[in-house]
Amino acid sequence: MAEKINLKSVLFNPFSKNNPVIVQVLGICSVLAVTAKLAPALVMGLSVIAVLAFSNVIISLLRSTIPTSIRIIVQLVIVAGLVVIVDQLLKAYAYDVSKQLSVFIGLIITNCILMGRLEAFAMGNKPWPAFLDGVGNGVGYAIILVITGFFRELLGSGTLFGIQVVPQWCYDHGYSNNGLMILPPMALVVVACIIWAHRSRNKDLQE
Amino acid sequence: MENFNIFIRSIFIDNMVFAYFLGMCSFLAVSKSVKTAFGLGVAVTFMLCITLPINYLLQVYVLQPGALAWLGPDYAGVDLSFLSLIMFIAVIASMTQLVEMVVEKYSPSLYAQLGIFLPLIAVNCAILGGSLFMQQRYDSWTIGTAFCSGAGWGLGWLLAITAIAAIRERLEQYSHIPKPLRGIGITFILTALMGIAFMSFLGIKI
Repeated sequence: MAEKINLKSVLFNPFSKNNPVIVQVLGICSVLAVTAKLAPALVMGLSVIAVLAFSNVIISLLRSTIPTSIRIIVQLVIVAGLVVIVDQLLKAYAYDVSKQLSVFIGLIITNCILMGRLEAFAMGNKPWPAFLDGVGNGVGYAIILVITGFFRELLGSGTLFGIQVVPQWCYDHGYSNNGLMILPPMALVVVACIIWAHRSRNKDLQE
Repeated sequence: MENFNIFIRSIFIDNMVFAYFLGMCSFLAVSKSVKTAFGLGVAVTFMLCITLPINYLLQVYVLQPGALAWLGPDYAGVDLSFLSLIMFIAVIASMTQLVEMVVEKYSPSLYAQLGIFLPLIAVNCAILGGSLFMQQRYDSWTIGTAFCSGAGWGLGWLLAITAIAAIRERLEQYSHIPKPLRGIGITFILTALMGIAFMSFLGIKI
Protein backbone atom coordinates (compact mmCIF):
# COMPACT_ATOMS: atom_id res chain seq x y z
CA MET A 1 0.00 0.00 0.00
CA ALA A 2 2.90 2.34 -0.62
CA GLU A 3 1.20 4.02 -3.56
CA LYS A 4 -1.18 6.81 -2.72
CA ILE A 5 -4.78 6.00 -3.50
CA ASN A 6 -6.66 8.68 -5.34
CA LEU A 7 -9.62 9.13 -3.00
CA LYS A 8 -11.62 11.06 -5.55
CA SER A 9 -11.42 8.33 -8.17
CA VAL A 10 -12.21 5.71 -5.52
CA LEU A 11 -15.45 7.54 -4.82
CA PHE A 12 -16.47 8.58 -8.33
CA ASN A 13 -15.22 5.82 -10.64
CA PRO A 14 -17.96 3.36 -9.69
CA PHE A 15 -20.63 5.88 -10.72
CA SER A 16 -20.03 5.26 -14.39
CA LYS A 17 -16.65 4.05 -15.63
CA ASN A 18 -16.42 1.12 -13.23
CA ASN A 19 -20.09 0.75 -12.38
CA PRO A 20 -20.70 -2.39 -10.31
CA VAL A 21 -23.83 -3.42 -12.22
CA ILE A 22 -23.20 -2.66 -15.85
CA VAL A 23 -19.40 -2.97 -15.99
CA GLN A 24 -18.42 -5.40 -13.24
CA VAL A 25 -21.73 -7.31 -13.70
CA LEU A 26 -22.33 -7.82 -9.99
CA GLY A 27 -25.59 -7.84 -8.04
CA ILE A 28 -27.90 -8.43 -10.97
CA CYS A 29 -30.53 -10.48 -9.14
CA SER A 30 -31.86 -7.66 -7.02
CA VAL A 31 -31.84 -5.24 -9.95
CA LEU A 32 -34.34 -7.48 -11.67
CA ALA A 33 -36.53 -8.21 -8.73
CA VAL A 34 -37.07 -4.89 -7.00
CA THR A 35 -37.28 -2.41 -9.87
CA ALA A 36 -40.92 -2.85 -10.95
CA LYS A 37 -41.69 0.27 -8.89
CA LEU A 38 -39.50 3.24 -8.12
CA ALA A 39 -40.03 3.37 -4.34
CA PRO A 40 -38.74 -0.13 -3.47
CA ALA A 41 -35.86 0.41 -5.90
CA LEU A 42 -34.84 3.54 -4.01
CA VAL A 43 -35.13 1.86 -0.60
CA MET A 44 -33.13 -1.12 -1.83
CA GLY A 45 -30.44 1.21 -3.21
CA LEU A 46 -30.18 3.06 0.10
CA SER A 47 -30.02 -0.21 2.06
CA VAL A 48 -27.19 -1.49 -0.11
CA ILE A 49 -25.27 1.80 0.21
CA ALA A 50 -25.52 1.58 4.01
CA VAL A 51 -24.60 -2.11 4.27
CA LEU A 52 -21.78 -1.82 1.75
CA ALA A 53 -20.19 1.25 3.35
CA PHE A 54 -20.26 -0.14 6.89
CA SER A 55 -19.20 -3.69 6.02
CA ASN A 56 -16.31 -2.25 4.02
CA VAL A 57 -15.22 -0.22 7.05
CA ILE A 58 -15.54 -3.15 9.47
CA ILE A 59 -13.68 -5.58 7.22
CA SER A 60 -11.04 -2.97 6.59
CA LEU A 61 -10.53 -2.48 10.34
CA LEU A 62 -10.27 -6.24 10.85
CA ARG A 63 -8.28 -6.94 7.72
CA SER A 64 -5.01 -7.84 9.44
CA THR A 65 -6.64 -10.07 12.08
CA ILE A 66 -8.85 -12.26 9.87
CA PRO A 67 -7.19 -15.59 9.00
CA THR A 68 -7.40 -16.04 5.23
CA SER A 69 -8.71 -19.62 5.41
CA ILE A 70 -11.99 -18.63 7.06
CA ARG A 71 -12.34 -15.12 5.69
CA ILE A 72 -15.41 -15.91 3.58
CA ILE A 73 -17.37 -17.05 6.62
CA VAL A 74 -16.22 -14.01 8.63
CA GLN A 75 -17.20 -11.66 5.82
CA LEU A 76 -20.58 -13.29 5.38
CA VAL A 77 -21.35 -13.15 9.09
CA ILE A 78 -20.45 -9.45 9.33
CA VAL A 79 -22.56 -8.66 6.29
CA ALA A 80 -25.41 -10.80 7.60
CA GLY A 81 -25.33 -8.94 10.92
CA LEU A 82 -25.62 -5.58 9.16
CA VAL A 83 -28.38 -6.86 6.89
CA VAL A 84 -30.39 -8.06 9.88
CA ILE A 85 -30.16 -4.55 11.34
CA VAL A 86 -31.38 -3.00 8.07
CA ASP A 87 -34.14 -5.60 7.81
CA GLN A 88 -35.43 -4.93 11.31
CA LEU A 89 -35.23 -1.15 10.79
CA LEU A 90 -37.26 -1.41 7.59
CA LYS A 91 -39.84 -3.63 9.28
CA ALA A 92 -40.19 -1.04 12.03
CA TYR A 93 -40.29 2.16 9.96
CA ALA A 94 -41.28 1.21 6.40
CA TYR A 95 -43.39 -1.90 6.75
CA ASP A 96 -45.13 -1.71 3.35
CA VAL A 97 -41.89 -1.39 1.43
CA SER A 98 -40.28 -4.16 3.43
CA LYS A 99 -43.23 -6.42 2.52
CA GLN A 100 -42.67 -5.67 -1.17
CA LEU A 101 -38.95 -6.35 -0.95
CA SER A 102 -39.61 -9.63 0.95
CA VAL A 103 -36.65 -11.97 0.61
CA PHE A 104 -34.55 -9.52 -1.33
CA ILE A 105 -33.37 -7.61 1.74
CA GLY A 106 -32.08 -10.94 3.02
CA LEU A 107 -30.46 -11.56 -0.31
CA ILE A 108 -28.32 -8.43 0.10
CA ILE A 109 -26.04 -10.83 1.99
CA THR A 110 -25.32 -12.78 -1.14
CA ASN A 111 -25.32 -9.72 -3.34
CA CYS A 112 -22.06 -10.23 -5.14
CA ILE A 113 -21.28 -6.51 -5.02
CA LEU A 114 -20.64 -6.90 -1.32
CA MET A 115 -18.35 -9.91 -1.56
CA GLY A 116 -16.66 -8.45 -4.60
CA ARG A 117 -15.85 -5.14 -2.93
CA LEU A 118 -14.86 -6.76 0.36
CA GLU A 119 -12.47 -9.12 -1.39
CA ALA A 120 -11.14 -6.67 -3.92
CA PHE A 121 -10.89 -3.49 -1.91
CA ALA A 122 -11.60 -3.63 1.81
CA MET A 123 -9.20 -6.51 2.50
CA GLY A 124 -6.28 -4.40 1.31
CA ASN A 125 -7.08 -0.82 2.20
CA LYS A 126 -7.46 1.54 5.14
CA PRO A 127 -10.94 2.25 6.58
CA TRP A 128 -11.44 5.73 5.06
CA PRO A 129 -10.78 4.75 1.42
CA ALA A 130 -12.78 1.57 2.06
CA PHE A 131 -15.70 3.68 3.27
CA LEU A 132 -15.52 5.88 0.16
CA ASP A 133 -15.31 2.79 -2.05
CA GLY A 134 -18.38 1.35 -0.35
CA VAL A 135 -20.37 4.55 -0.79
CA GLY A 136 -19.21 4.91 -4.40
CA ASN A 137 -20.16 1.40 -5.41
CA GLY A 138 -23.42 1.57 -3.48
CA VAL A 139 -24.36 4.78 -5.29
CA GLY A 140 -23.34 3.28 -8.64
CA TYR A 141 -25.66 0.37 -7.91
CA ALA A 142 -28.46 2.65 -6.76
CA ILE A 143 -28.18 4.76 -9.92
CA ILE A 144 -28.85 1.73 -12.12
CA LEU A 145 -31.69 0.61 -9.84
CA VAL A 146 -33.36 4.01 -10.01
CA ILE A 147 -32.98 4.38 -13.79
CA THR A 148 -34.40 0.90 -14.35
CA GLY A 149 -37.18 1.47 -11.82
CA PHE A 150 -38.02 4.83 -13.45
CA PHE A 151 -38.56 3.36 -16.90
CA ARG A 152 -40.35 0.26 -15.69
CA GLU A 153 -42.80 2.14 -13.50
CA LEU A 154 -43.37 4.89 -16.07
CA LEU A 155 -44.03 2.54 -18.98
CA GLY A 156 -45.56 -0.29 -16.99
CA SER A 157 -47.93 1.52 -14.64
CA GLY A 158 -47.90 5.11 -15.90
CA THR A 159 -46.94 6.29 -12.41
CA LEU A 160 -43.84 7.51 -10.55
CA PHE A 161 -43.59 6.84 -6.80
CA GLY A 162 -47.23 5.75 -7.11
CA ILE A 163 -48.38 9.16 -8.43
CA GLN A 164 -50.11 9.17 -11.79
CA VAL A 165 -47.91 10.97 -14.35
CA VAL A 166 -49.35 9.81 -17.66
CA PRO A 167 -52.36 12.13 -18.06
CA GLN A 168 -55.85 10.75 -18.47
CA TRP A 169 -56.35 12.14 -22.00
CA CYS A 170 -53.57 9.83 -23.21
CA TYR A 171 -55.59 6.85 -22.08
CA ASP A 172 -58.70 8.38 -23.62
CA HIS A 173 -56.92 8.48 -26.97
CA GLY A 174 -55.95 4.83 -26.88
CA TYR A 175 -52.66 4.78 -24.94
CA SER A 176 -52.36 1.85 -22.57
CA ASN A 177 -49.80 0.71 -20.03
CA ASN A 178 -47.35 -1.92 -21.17
CA GLY A 179 -48.01 -4.79 -18.78
CA LEU A 180 -44.85 -6.55 -19.95
CA MET A 181 -42.70 -3.90 -18.26
CA ILE A 182 -43.92 -5.07 -14.84
CA LEU A 183 -42.52 -8.55 -15.43
CA PRO A 184 -38.92 -9.28 -14.36
CA PRO A 185 -37.58 -10.18 -17.83
CA MET A 186 -38.11 -6.61 -19.00
CA ALA A 187 -35.71 -5.41 -16.32
CA LEU A 188 -33.04 -7.40 -18.15
CA VAL A 189 -33.92 -5.66 -21.40
CA VAL A 190 -33.86 -2.22 -19.76
CA VAL A 191 -30.45 -2.96 -18.22
CA ALA A 192 -29.24 -4.27 -21.57
CA CYS A 193 -30.28 -0.95 -23.14
CA ILE A 194 -28.43 0.95 -20.41
CA ILE A 195 -25.35 -1.17 -21.15
CA TRP A 196 -25.76 -0.49 -24.85
CA ALA A 197 -25.95 3.27 -24.35
CA HIS A 198 -23.11 3.23 -21.83
CA ARG A 199 -20.76 1.21 -24.02
CA SER A 200 -21.52 3.29 -27.08
CA ARG A 201 -20.15 6.26 -25.15
CA ASN A 202 -17.23 4.42 -23.50
CA LYS A 203 -15.67 2.60 -26.44
CA ASP A 204 -12.86 1.08 -24.37
CA LEU A 205 -15.37 -1.13 -22.55
CA GLN A 206 -16.58 -2.87 -25.70
CA GLU A 207 -15.72 -6.52 -26.13
CA MET B 1 -46.75 -37.93 -5.27
CA GLU B 2 -46.98 -34.54 -3.62
CA ASN B 3 -43.19 -34.34 -3.41
CA PHE B 4 -42.77 -35.37 -7.02
CA ASN B 5 -45.11 -32.59 -8.09
CA ILE B 6 -43.10 -30.09 -6.10
CA PHE B 7 -39.93 -31.43 -7.68
CA ILE B 8 -41.28 -30.91 -11.21
CA ARG B 9 -42.72 -27.54 -10.29
CA SER B 10 -39.40 -26.37 -8.90
CA ILE B 11 -37.64 -27.25 -12.13
CA PHE B 12 -39.98 -25.59 -14.60
CA ILE B 13 -42.61 -23.34 -13.07
CA ASP B 14 -40.62 -21.99 -10.12
CA ASN B 15 -37.37 -22.00 -12.07
CA MET B 16 -34.74 -20.16 -10.01
CA VAL B 17 -33.28 -18.26 -12.93
CA PHE B 18 -36.24 -17.53 -15.16
CA ALA B 19 -39.04 -17.16 -12.63
CA TYR B 20 -37.24 -15.68 -9.62
CA PHE B 21 -34.11 -14.33 -11.30
CA LEU B 22 -31.83 -15.60 -8.57
CA GLY B 23 -28.26 -16.75 -9.00
CA MET B 24 -27.91 -14.29 -11.86
CA CYS B 25 -24.35 -13.16 -11.16
CA SER B 26 -22.67 -16.51 -11.61
CA PHE B 27 -25.26 -17.34 -14.27
CA LEU B 28 -24.01 -14.44 -16.38
CA ALA B 29 -20.34 -14.75 -15.48
CA VAL B 30 -19.79 -18.50 -15.92
CA SER B 31 -21.99 -19.17 -18.96
CA LYS B 32 -19.31 -18.69 -21.60
CA SER B 33 -18.77 -22.42 -22.25
CA VAL B 34 -21.07 -25.39 -21.79
CA LYS B 35 -18.52 -27.48 -19.91
CA THR B 36 -17.83 -25.08 -17.07
CA ALA B 37 -21.49 -24.06 -16.93
CA PHE B 38 -22.47 -27.69 -16.43
CA GLY B 39 -19.85 -28.10 -13.68
CA LEU B 40 -21.17 -25.11 -11.77
CA GLY B 41 -24.73 -26.30 -12.27
CA VAL B 42 -23.92 -29.69 -10.73
CA ALA B 43 -22.23 -28.02 -7.77
CA VAL B 44 -25.21 -25.73 -7.17
CA THR B 45 -27.66 -28.64 -7.37
CA PHE B 46 -25.59 -30.58 -4.87
CA MET B 47 -25.43 -27.69 -2.41
CA LEU B 48 -29.16 -26.99 -2.66
CA CYS B 49 -29.90 -30.67 -1.96
CA ILE B 50 -27.79 -30.52 1.21
CA THR B 51 -28.51 -27.06 2.60
CA LEU B 52 -32.28 -26.97 2.09
CA PRO B 53 -33.07 -29.98 4.34
CA ILE B 54 -30.59 -28.76 6.97
CA ASN B 55 -32.07 -25.28 7.00
CA TYR B 56 -35.54 -26.80 7.09
CA LEU B 57 -34.64 -28.70 10.25
CA LEU B 58 -33.12 -25.54 11.73
CA GLN B 59 -36.25 -23.58 10.91
CA VAL B 60 -38.60 -26.14 12.46
CA TYR B 61 -36.63 -27.06 15.56
CA VAL B 62 -34.74 -23.86 16.38
CA LEU B 63 -35.89 -20.76 14.59
CA GLN B 64 -39.67 -20.67 14.29
CA PRO B 65 -41.64 -18.98 17.08
CA GLY B 66 -42.06 -21.45 19.92
CA ALA B 67 -39.73 -23.93 18.26
CA LEU B 68 -37.62 -24.39 21.36
CA ALA B 69 -40.51 -25.98 23.27
CA TRP B 70 -38.71 -29.34 23.12
CA LEU B 71 -36.05 -27.94 25.48
CA GLY B 72 -38.67 -27.49 28.19
CA PRO B 73 -41.69 -25.28 28.89
CA ASP B 74 -39.50 -22.33 29.87
CA TYR B 75 -38.29 -21.96 26.29
CA ALA B 76 -41.69 -22.20 24.60
CA GLY B 77 -42.05 -18.43 24.28
CA VAL B 78 -38.71 -17.82 22.60
CA ASP B 79 -38.80 -16.46 19.06
CA LEU B 80 -35.47 -16.65 17.29
CA SER B 81 -36.73 -15.93 13.79
CA PHE B 82 -34.69 -12.72 13.53
CA LEU B 83 -31.57 -14.91 13.59
CA SER B 84 -32.60 -16.90 10.54
CA LEU B 85 -30.52 -14.97 7.99
CA ILE B 86 -27.31 -15.42 9.96
CA MET B 87 -28.04 -19.09 10.69
CA PHE B 88 -28.86 -19.89 7.07
CA ILE B 89 -25.82 -18.18 5.64
CA ALA B 90 -23.59 -19.78 8.27
CA VAL B 91 -24.92 -23.22 7.32
CA ILE B 92 -24.40 -22.50 3.63
CA ALA B 93 -20.88 -21.11 4.06
CA SER B 94 -19.75 -23.90 6.35
CA MET B 95 -21.32 -26.62 4.20
CA THR B 96 -19.53 -25.17 1.19
CA GLN B 97 -16.25 -25.33 3.06
CA LEU B 98 -17.02 -28.85 4.28
CA VAL B 99 -18.04 -30.18 0.88
CA GLU B 100 -14.91 -28.66 -0.58
CA MET B 101 -12.74 -30.54 1.92
CA VAL B 102 -14.62 -33.85 1.52
CA VAL B 103 -14.55 -33.73 -2.25
CA GLU B 104 -10.88 -32.84 -2.23
CA LYS B 105 -10.08 -35.84 -0.03
CA TYR B 106 -12.20 -38.53 -1.66
CA SER B 107 -12.55 -37.53 -5.28
CA PRO B 108 -9.64 -35.46 -6.54
CA SER B 109 -10.86 -35.68 -10.13
CA LEU B 110 -14.24 -34.19 -9.26
CA TYR B 111 -12.45 -31.61 -7.16
CA ALA B 112 -10.31 -30.63 -10.11
CA GLN B 113 -13.47 -30.08 -12.12
CA LEU B 114 -15.48 -28.25 -9.50
CA GLY B 115 -12.57 -26.71 -7.59
CA ILE B 116 -12.89 -23.07 -8.49
CA PHE B 117 -16.68 -23.11 -8.38
CA LEU B 118 -17.16 -24.37 -4.87
CA PRO B 119 -16.20 -21.12 -3.10
CA LEU B 120 -18.34 -19.19 -5.59
CA ILE B 121 -21.36 -21.15 -4.50
CA ALA B 122 -21.43 -19.69 -1.00
CA VAL B 123 -22.43 -16.37 -2.51
CA ASN B 124 -24.77 -17.75 -5.15
CA CYS B 125 -28.08 -16.16 -4.27
CA ALA B 126 -30.01 -19.15 -5.62
CA ILE B 127 -28.89 -21.14 -2.58
CA LEU B 128 -29.77 -18.61 0.09
CA GLY B 129 -32.88 -17.76 -1.93
CA GLY B 130 -33.96 -21.40 -1.75
CA SER B 131 -33.69 -21.36 2.03
CA LEU B 132 -35.60 -18.07 2.28
CA PHE B 133 -38.43 -19.36 0.09
CA MET B 134 -38.49 -22.46 2.27
CA GLN B 135 -38.94 -20.19 5.28
CA GLN B 136 -42.04 -18.66 3.71
CA ARG B 137 -43.69 -22.00 2.93
CA TYR B 138 -42.34 -24.50 5.47
CA ASP B 139 -45.68 -24.96 7.26
CA SER B 140 -46.95 -27.64 4.91
CA TRP B 141 -43.56 -29.21 4.25
CA THR B 142 -41.74 -32.29 5.44
CA ILE B 143 -38.02 -32.92 5.17
CA GLY B 144 -38.69 -34.90 1.99
CA THR B 145 -40.37 -31.89 0.44
CA ALA B 146 -37.39 -29.75 1.36
CA PHE B 147 -35.04 -32.19 -0.35
CA CYS B 148 -37.23 -32.48 -3.44
CA SER B 149 -37.62 -28.77 -3.95
CA GLY B 150 -33.89 -28.30 -3.36
CA ALA B 151 -33.14 -30.90 -6.04
CA GLY B 152 -35.72 -29.36 -8.37
CA TRP B 153 -34.41 -25.82 -7.97
CA GLY B 154 -30.88 -27.06 -8.49
CA LEU B 155 -31.76 -28.99 -11.63
CA GLY B 156 -33.73 -26.04 -12.96
CA TRP B 157 -30.70 -23.82 -12.45
CA LEU B 158 -28.49 -26.41 -14.13
CA LEU B 159 -30.88 -26.56 -17.08
CA ALA B 160 -30.96 -22.79 -17.41
CA ILE B 161 -27.20 -22.21 -17.25
CA THR B 162 -26.43 -25.06 -19.66
CA ALA B 163 -29.01 -23.80 -22.14
CA ILE B 164 -27.75 -20.23 -22.09
CA ALA B 165 -24.13 -21.38 -22.37
CA ALA B 166 -24.99 -23.44 -25.45
CA ILE B 167 -26.72 -20.47 -27.06
CA ARG B 168 -23.84 -18.13 -26.23
CA GLU B 169 -21.28 -20.52 -27.74
CA ARG B 170 -23.15 -20.49 -31.05
CA LEU B 171 -23.83 -16.78 -30.89
CA GLU B 172 -20.15 -15.89 -30.66
CA GLN B 173 -19.45 -17.67 -33.92
CA TYR B 174 -22.38 -17.06 -36.18
CA SER B 175 -24.04 -13.76 -35.40
CA HIS B 176 -23.39 -10.14 -36.14
CA ILE B 177 -24.18 -8.17 -33.00
CA PRO B 178 -23.72 -4.39 -32.66
CA LYS B 179 -20.36 -3.78 -30.96
CA PRO B 180 -21.56 -2.11 -27.74
CA LEU B 181 -24.05 -4.92 -27.17
CA ARG B 182 -21.55 -7.75 -27.52
CA GLY B 183 -20.81 -10.01 -24.59
CA ILE B 184 -22.81 -9.07 -21.56
CA GLY B 185 -25.44 -6.91 -23.23
CA ILE B 186 -26.76 -9.56 -25.59
CA THR B 187 -26.68 -12.12 -22.79
CA PHE B 188 -29.09 -9.96 -20.80
CA ILE B 189 -31.50 -9.80 -23.71
CA LEU B 190 -31.17 -13.54 -24.32
CA THR B 191 -31.95 -14.26 -20.70
CA ALA B 192 -34.97 -11.98 -20.90
CA LEU B 193 -36.31 -13.81 -23.95
CA MET B 194 -35.77 -17.19 -22.30
CA GLY B 195 -37.49 -15.88 -19.18
CA ILE B 196 -40.52 -14.84 -21.21
CA ALA B 197 -40.53 -18.29 -22.81
CA PHE B 198 -40.42 -19.95 -19.40
CA MET B 199 -43.42 -17.87 -18.31
CA SER B 200 -45.58 -20.08 -20.46
CA PHE B 201 -45.09 -22.76 -17.80
CA LEU B 202 -46.90 -20.54 -15.31
CA GLY B 203 -50.28 -21.64 -16.60
CA ILE B 204 -49.63 -25.30 -15.83
CA LYS B 205 -51.27 -26.57 -12.67
CA ILE B 206 -49.72 -29.58 -10.96
